[in-house]
Amino acid sequence: MKVVVDMNKCQDHGQCVFAAPDVFSMDETGHLLYVSDPDDALRDQVEEAADVCPLQAIRIEA
Amino acid sequence: MTARIVVAGGSMGGLRAAEQLRAAGWTGAVTVVGDEPHMPYNRPPLSKEVLAGKAPFESLAFTPKAAAADVEWRLGTRVVSARLAERTVALDDGSPLFYDGLVVATGMRPRRLRCPGPLAGRHTVRTIADAQGLRDELTRPDVRVVVVGAGFIGCEVAATAVVLGVREVTVVDPLPLPMVGPLGELLGRALLKRHEERGVRFALGTGVAGFEGEDRVTGVVLSDGTVLPADVVVESVGSAANVEWLEGNDLDLSDGVLTCGQLRVGGRPEVVAVGDVARFPNARYDGVPRRVEHWSIPTDTARHAAKALVAHLAGTEAEFGPFAPLPTFWSDQHEFRLQSFGAPALGLDDVRVLDGDVEGDVLVGYHVGGRLVGVVALGGQAAAMGAARYRAQLLKQPALTA
Repeated sequence: MKVVVDMNKCQDHGQCVFAAPDVFSMDETGHLLYVSDPDDALRDQVEEAADVCPLQAIRIEA
Repeated sequence: MTARIVVAGGSMGGLRAAEQLRAAGWTGAVTVVGDEPHMPYNRPPLSKEVLAGKAPFESLAFTPKAAAADVEWRLGTRVVSARLAERTVALDDGSPLFYDGLVVATGMRPRRLRCPGPLAGRHTVRTIADAQGLRDELTRPDVRVVVVGAGFIGCEVAATAVVLGVREVTVVDPLPLPMVGPLGELLGRALLKRHEERGVRFALGTGVAGFEGEDRVTGVVLSDGTVLPADVVVESVGSAANVEWLEGNDLDLSDGVLTCGQLRVGGRPEVVAVGDVARFPNARYDGVPRRVEHWSIPTDTARHAAKALVAHLAGTEAEFGPFAPLPTFWSDQHEFRLQSFGAPALGLDDVRVLDGDVEGDVLVGYHVGGRLVGVVALGGQAAAMGAARYRAQLLKQPALTA
């Protein structure tokens, strides 16, 4: 699975981190880090993360 | 004939419902009926980035999930009535639509002030058309703006108006502090100070008696007789539920549509409600049915309601836990953010500063019976992250009442 976050949109709300902690995290300064090619087993988590992003900045490509 | 689920309402709740019906295994037809001409879009930027001219409409559109690609969208159309006993709704062109399952997702519309005066120059912010119309007026030179209502939208619009460089902006509210209903006095005072320091004026503890002007508004008359000159007025005084189409079905429509703990409507397992139109009991708290207008609610309710509806239609009545979402909301005003988890409004009688101080980044806890029920951070990114650290604790809270 391929995940893309539009970092121009991202405002570091962190809702994705709660939904998919294996894929999204915050660094010490509160900025988003993410795994761009997570295992397909995490698809449900990532879809939820995309749903709850206030800026709708997360895209799942394939 | 193929079984069909009709989703009444084509905004975020309607989209999430359609997607979650597919995720729950529904393979029949799904028809979404929405009154706006647009595919569903994200509304929070309307009072901020869109109003400020920083985000074009295309950037707001939701990207529907691939699994929902075969959903039928009937846009620019409204459901005007329903006969639930006959599993039929009627559209505004008079045509009936039969359903096996119905999702109520018609949402809210802005409440309007009914006091005397001209309508021209008075705005609400709910749709993209609203936001574009308001932006056109706020960007005229030297405008004086009066915002009626110091809630989420009123405070956000006032902050954006400052950024746009209007001549003056005044927020009017009958309550003594901004956002005092959801946040309480401590943060209400902190917000007031921050807004005033950034140039927003306030007329608090007073209502609006009327509007001055002939063809369009030129002033706002307060209940004490004071007149605030105004070229543009924004009415952000709450919202009314779009439930008239459900009348005549023996439902409780007194504030949105009442649902059970599984989001079912009127004891009918084939009808569910999602989004801010649903008045549902949250098993996490006191079980009192409430409507919740937070952005997270359409997604939360759609997940649960779709499972409940599809299980019924598939005849597999699985055991469901009760619906018990952890509420969350945020609001961006000027350069600071409010970030909430839990239910602060339930704990307004016992408010404590958990970290920081109200002059800077602050984290505030709301308690019932000594137990934390909600947190709100005010400040920068670090403060919001501080609130998030309490999320796990708030999730572990047992229900206050069964």
